[in-house]
Amino acid sequence: MGKLTWSAIPFDRPIPMAASLLIAIGVMTVLALVTWKGWWPYLWREWLTSVDHKRIGVMYVLLALVLLLRGFIDAIMMRSQLAIAAGGAPGYLPPEHYDQIFSTHGTIMIFFMAMPFMVGLMNFVVPLQLGVRDVAFPVLNAVSFWLTASGALLVNISLAVGEFARTGWLAYPPLSELQFSPGVGVDYYLWALQISGVGSLLSGINLVTTILKLRAPGMTYMRMPVFCWTALASNLLIVAAFPILTATFGMLLLDRYVGMHFFTNDGGGNAMLYFNLIWAWGHPEVYILILPAFGIFSEVIATFSGKPLFGYRSMVVATMAICILSFMVWLHHFFTMGAGANVNAFFGIATMIIAVPTGVKIFNWLFTLYGGRIRFEVPVLWAIGFMVTFVIGGLTGVLMAVPPADFVLHNSVFLVAHFHNVIIGGVLFGAMAGYNYWFPKAFGFTLDKRLGAISFWCWLIGFYLAFMPLYALGLMGMTRRVQHYADTSWQPYLIVAEAGAVVILCGILATVLQLVVSIRTRDARRDLTGDPWHGRTLEWSTASPPPHYNFAVLPRVDSLDALWALKQRATRTAGPPAARVHYETIDMPSNSANGFITAFFAVILGFAMIWHIWWMAIVGLVCAVLTLMAFGWIERVDHEISAAELEAADIARVRKAGLA
Amino acid sequence: MNESARHTSNDQAPGDDERDASGSIGAYTAGLAFALLLTGASFMVAQTHLLWAPGLPVGLAVLAVAQMGVHLVFFLHIGSDPDNTNTVLALAFGVLIVTLVVSGSLWIMANLNENMLPPAAIMEMQR
Amino acid sequence: MTSLAAPADAAGVPQPMEAGGGGPAPVRIVVSYGFWIFLLSDIIMFSALFATYAVLSGRINGGPSGHDLFDLRSVAIETMCLLLSSYTCGLGAVFMERRRLRGFYWFFALTFLLGGIFLGLELREFASMVARGAGPSRSAFLSAFFSLVGLHGAHVTVGLVWLAFMVAQVAARGPRDFVLRRLRCFSLFWHALDIIWVALMSLVYLMGAR
Repeated sequence: MGKLTWSAIPFDRPIPMAASLLIAIGVMTVLALVTWKGWWPYLWREWLTSVDHKRIGVMYVLLALVLLLRGFIDAIMMRSQLAIAAGGAPGYLPPEHYDQIFSTHGTIMIFFMAMPFMVGLMNFVVPLQLGVRDVAFPVLNAVSFWLTASGALLVNISLAVGEFARTGWLAYPPLSELQFSPGVGVDYYLWALQISGVGSLLSGINLVTTILKLRAPGMTYMRMPVFCWTALASNLLIVAAFPILTATFGMLLLDRYVGMHFFTNDGGGNAMLYFNLIWAWGHPEVYILILPAFGIFSEVIATFSGKPLFGYRSMVVATMAICILSFMVWLHHFFTMGAGANVNAFFGIATMIIAVPTGVKIFNWLFTLYGGRIRFEVPVLWAIGFMVTFVIGGLTGVLMAVPPADFVLHNSVFLVAHFHNVIIGGVLFGAMAGYNYWFPKAFGFTLDKRLGAISFWCWLIGFYLAFMPLYALGLMGMTRRVQHYADTSWQPYLIVAEAGAVVILCGILATVLQLVVSIRTRDARRDLTGDPWHGRTLEWSTASPPPHYNFAVLPRVDSLDALWALKQRATRTAGPPAARVHYETIDMPSNSANGFITAFFAVILGFAMIWHIWWMAIVGLVCAVLTLMAFGWIERVDHEISAAELEAADIARVRKAGLA
Repeated sequence: MNESARHTSNDQAPGDDERDASGSIGAYTAGLAFALLLTGASFMVAQTHLLWAPGLPVGLAVLAVAQMGVHLVFFLHIGSDPDNTNTVLALAFGVLIVTLVVSGSLWIMANLNENMLPPAAIMEMQR
Repeated sequence: MTSLAAPADAAGVPQPMEAGGGGPAPVRIVVSYGFWIFLLSDIIMFSALFATYAVLSGRINGGPSGHDLFDLRSVAIETMCLLLSSYTCGLGAVFMERRRLRGFYWFFALTFLLGGIFLGLELREFASMVARGAGPSRSAFLSAFFSLVGLHGAHVTVGLVWLAFMVAQVAARGPRDFVLRRLRCFSLFWHALDIIWVALMSLVYLMGAR
């Protein structure tokens, strides 16, 4: 069994042991409940083997929400440690454990919370907004999701079996090389991310192809909703950047497993090459996360202002400009690491330039709100919170784009405050806005409004309490990733930060409570028309939830804001459309176990490689390849839906909505 | 799927070839001839002193890019007609990213190396 | 205005769509385009390794350099093999488009053979380098060389497996639509591998052998 022994389980370390037991009990309880209630056939048929983009999108978001909890627990553990470890106090978390916690926090939040949340929302919404029935490659979509889930599983296994990396979320060499990290931690990190990275890349290819090649008749590029434009830009970045990540992690794996010398201190290796390559991926990655959030806010603000989005064309241009520029700034993550003034100046200026299209977007949103009849539903709260918070975060970013300033602030907690400012204020607020906005479309009832507002206010207040002190502390000289500190004058700030984390915890609990309460009282908030927000785009023309084929007849689009135009015309002509709708039999892809089975073998392969169990690794790899071939041998199975069935479903829906 | 749909919509798949068999075979053969020429030229340039020595990297790069172009045009049928726009745009995006990553990396790494202390001074610091 | 009916003029004749507004593309185009995007991502992955090789090519750690190791005769033969295999692959595709299956089988068999020779020569080169103590763990230059050229070789290997799989599918299922779509993807893949080899040949072998 390679390096795997019973000592891999943390019997002697109480905190990981307790956490592992808790998670194990939780998982067992869920599995037991599902078995006892006989839900396995339903789960297998409707979710685990589903290739429906809507189901896959929901599973992505569920994965993200669960891992938000895990990542947040890491955060509050860190805050608690720092609140007490002042002067000579050791705190309650030993350094080797603390190092693993900040590493898992970053890794989970970026790769297994923010990415899946955004990818999930894009998966769910984009085909509906484009007026088509599914993404370009539905089975590949399922494979992508299950590979991402595999990566998440591996990271969580490291809690109970072995350890995680202590290198931070990017695993810089030489610390991450075998000489200085001989344990399995970095290997868990690398294999989990390589596997989920393949999933992300495939998903990027899928959505790019969908947006460019699969749109409803008449939907030219300039009639696409802005969310689809931002999804296109984000997925183009995924396609362009993730291969660099795969190559770089591959090289680090070769260093660790085969003794090569890409980034080692000896043998001619160059550790800075890793920094260069990983940030060439890392900077586009943050734009991959934020661009869909921008799209969500565009949709939300336009809908709840009751006005078309201001400056559609400039939004499109700004989005694509951000897409291209994001590949020209990556050195700003290592200004202080030896580059000369010319190089620093180029990348510093480029970083400032990239703030301009974002500014254009902010103004467009403000002009959309101006003069509109604003409805303060929960998504709009998140949008307004975003605009204030993200601008502050952007400003501190532009400040650090000035190399001399960055020399003072690099790797201080000022930096930590900046990126949390933009990621929480931008990505997380966007995710929550999208979650509240599209929840009724996915499940047929809206979420409780009061608890949604409470969650928002807790997150907003909690965020400022938790991170504004960090800006001050950064300027006072506190570095990041410290487990204890000598200067006791920092402690009050860190206590305030801890309070902020507690308030955020209330926000998260409010979200959980919102879900529970909303499900309990769903009949009071049923969405019968499919259009609870009086929306402007095509997804609101379907039932809530939509039938698995989305549209019985693909809509013919003649303008931007296709649904709004349809509503205007219906109001003007005062009656149902004169032309009789012509239904035709359609083909939809059937379920496939390809994704689930491939992911199963991917987990086996990853775990085996981590623990150097070579026979198991070969088995996992061979079985994964055979799975690919077996599913490739058979033609994709489709099932037919007859015209009569489509017509009947449409009639029933109209009747239920009270429209006929 | 309806193959004649190719002609009603203004869209073409990458690698699609509209010619008949003899036209196609002609295209592949021409491509092979050009590629062989360029390969021969690359070897000659590298092995003899036909090209001014400091210009060798550029010369080889130019010949390589030319041969890649031959492959794209003659083997992959990437052309300039409007049906191909999406394919060409995607290729242009890829080329842009490759250029940015490779030239950016080279510039940055060369700059970092330049600013490193000479080995002797490092040894002195470690004493 | 958005309507639920297909566009038609007064006589009910379907009208052509504006650029980009033609509705969902046929499956054939969707699949080829998706694969094209995948190929571009693969080329970006290679470019990261190219950049690595360019940065590390001088770091020989007191060991052998490209000048000491590269056998340009072998490289020339490998180049010929791969280039000819691209040609035979193209011809095989032409025969398949015209449903002339015998021609298809012959040319794809030739492609497999030429690809196999390429791979054999490359493996021999690697083995001889390792035997001389110039394995990938000797120096950063060699790590970069082995991984860049090795990744290309791994792609060729996958390509050969895929080729065999495709030929088996054609033999078993005939030239069905989904088989043809995959064959087109295979052709794109195989030609792209030759494109990458052009870069490898020029920038790694020819440059390095000086």
